Amino acid sequence: MTFVLFGIIVITFIVSHVIPADPIGAILGPQAPPELVEKIRKEWGFDRPLHEQFIEYVINLLQGNLGKSIRTNRPVSQDLIRFFPATIELATAAMIVAIAIGIPLGIISAVKKDKWPDHISRIFALLGVSMPVFWLGLIMLFILYYQLGIFPGPGRLDPSITPPPRITGLLTIDSLLTGNITAFLNAVWHLILPSFVLGYYASASIARITRSALLEAFAQDFIRTARSKGLPERIVLFRHALRNALIPTTTVIGMTYGSLLEGAVLTETIFAWPGLGRYATGSFLSVDFMAVIGSTLLIAVVYSLANLIVDILYAFLDPRIRYA
Amino acid sequence: MHKVVLMLKGTLEYFKSEDFRINLILIRKSPLTVLGIVLVIFLLSVAILAPVISPYNPLKQDLKHRLQPPSWQHPFGTDQLGRDILSRVIWGSRISLSISMVVVAFSFVVGTNIGIVSGYFSGKIDETLMRLTDMFMAFPRLVLALAVAAALGPGLFNTMIAIAFVSWVYYARLARASTLQVRGETYIEAARAIGASDKRILFLHILPMIMAPVIVQATLDMGGVILTAAGLGFLGLGAQPPTPEWGVMVSEGRRFIVEQWWVSTFPGLAILLATLGFNLMGDGINDILNVRARR
Repeated sequence: MTFVLFGIIVITFIVSHVIPADPIGAILGPQAPPELVEKIRKEWGFDRPLHEQFIEYVINLLQGNLGKSIRTNRPVSQDLIRFFPATIELATAAMIVAIAIGIPLGIISAVKKDKWPDHISRIFALLGVSMPVFWLGLIMLFILYYQLGIFPGPGRLDPSITPPPRITGLLTIDSLLTGNITAFLNAVWHLILPSFVLGYYASASIARITRSALLEAFAQDFIRTARSKGLPERIVLFRHALRNALIPTTTVIGMTYGSLLEGAVLTETIFAWPGLGRYATGSFLSVDFMAVIGSTLLIAVVYSLANLIVDILYAFLDPRIRYA
Repeated sequence: MHKVVLMLKGTLEYFKSEDFRINLILIRKSPLTVLGIVLVIFLLSVAILAPVISPYNPLKQDLKHRLQPPSWQHPFGTDQLGRDILSRVIWGSRISLSISMVVVAFSFVVGTNIGIVSGYFSGKIDETLMRLTDMFMAFPRLVLALAVAAALGPGLFNTMIAIAFVSWVYYARLARASTLQVRGETYIEAARAIGASDKRILFLHILPMIMAPVIVQATLDMGGVILTAAGLGFLGLGAQPPTPEWGVMVSEGRRFIVEQWWVSTFPGLAILLATLGFNLMGDGINDILNVRARR
């Protein structure tokens, strides 16, 4: 983990300090007056050798100083704290959707291998990995909101509903904590469409891996033993095969968290979701460079944390790892 | 020259061989793989024939006929500047395909080379190279590509650099893992025993053996890169208007989605079909090359 963090710092440093041919230009835009360029160059230390710049960059990071956003005129770290909970809420809801769709689909697919339920769920899964999320979001919004009016429009809450006081920043949790059921239901209602759009992609890879892991488990001797001693198929499937299949599935779930985060960058734009993705995109476009690097850094850290959690989860799922 | 002739001869022999016939039969037995191959061939033909088959100039504006719904003159309708969407989708195939081909070719060559060297020599080289890939893999791919694109500035060429910069690691990992599997085989030992150089063993004995998974990865990745490039275009960091890039077109149509659904729908559908084609084909090839799954 320490090494991965160090790697994240190195790469963001390369992206922010080494790659841009003209970092000041990237920060200020091409029309900046030369005196200002010179001032910023001094201030940010771009006139010094790279290794000194790197040390300074690391020191700043360790102090939680990510620079100042040009667009919002606030420290980037404050902005990130403000926008991040919305993304976490969306990505987590999407994860739940993905698991709720993906694992049953994979099970059906494996049990009915090479029959039509298998074919249908494989096509569904392949469509999922091939779908541009930003387009799916747009189409779903068009059909289910503008045309049919079944689901609410973009945003996290209806404008008529007063948001709950900010405790965690997750609207669903905050409204529950303050006992505001109307706000809670409305927040959940608004979450459904974006989290489905985002979760669909992830559900596809989860279904795929569950299917192949189950098939692999089915081919093993202990399953034959279980069957031959007359256990009902239900128990063989859920108690014996599925428990083994869940280990590779968990790995994939951890890895999909990354694609959920990058999907969030795209989905948030469509659903006007005030999260990190929208903040990052906005800063990408206005060449708000420190904000770009800050968001990238945070997303990478969260992604690595998700993978770390998966590693810990292994121990719960697989006693061999726990005892080793 | 001599080597090229040998390679061609080898390819020809393969097409005549029993293996190839079995593979063909296996492909025909899987309708989804056939569908994938058909989609990919269709996409390639559209891209090659774009100047011939596109009914209008993709950049020509016709403000009198802006935002027309699909009709016989404009099967996919027209956009906010009166440009024919069908023609733009057709020309867009060239852009998406060239981005993905350049990116995949680059990542394939760089990644595979790094991977086999790392897997073959192990030790310090391996340690260093794999730590390097760890660093890259700590980022979701699109997010790092976005940051690089933001650092370089938008544009078609920069899109390619940004995506290639983050893509090669996956090939390196895969090639290394496959190399580790074959490194201990007897035929490698035999080659070393008769005095073959490391270079010769790497490129003549190891490389051909590990190609199968890497090719599958490259096929699947063609679709992935199309998606990523479209995502960059959609966010405004990839190709720039008026380039008829599919992601850019979806983004331009966003403003009109309520009344003029066709502006975004057709380019998005093109992204979906192109990616689906490569994914189906990659999956199919994987099933065929992966003998264990064949049972």
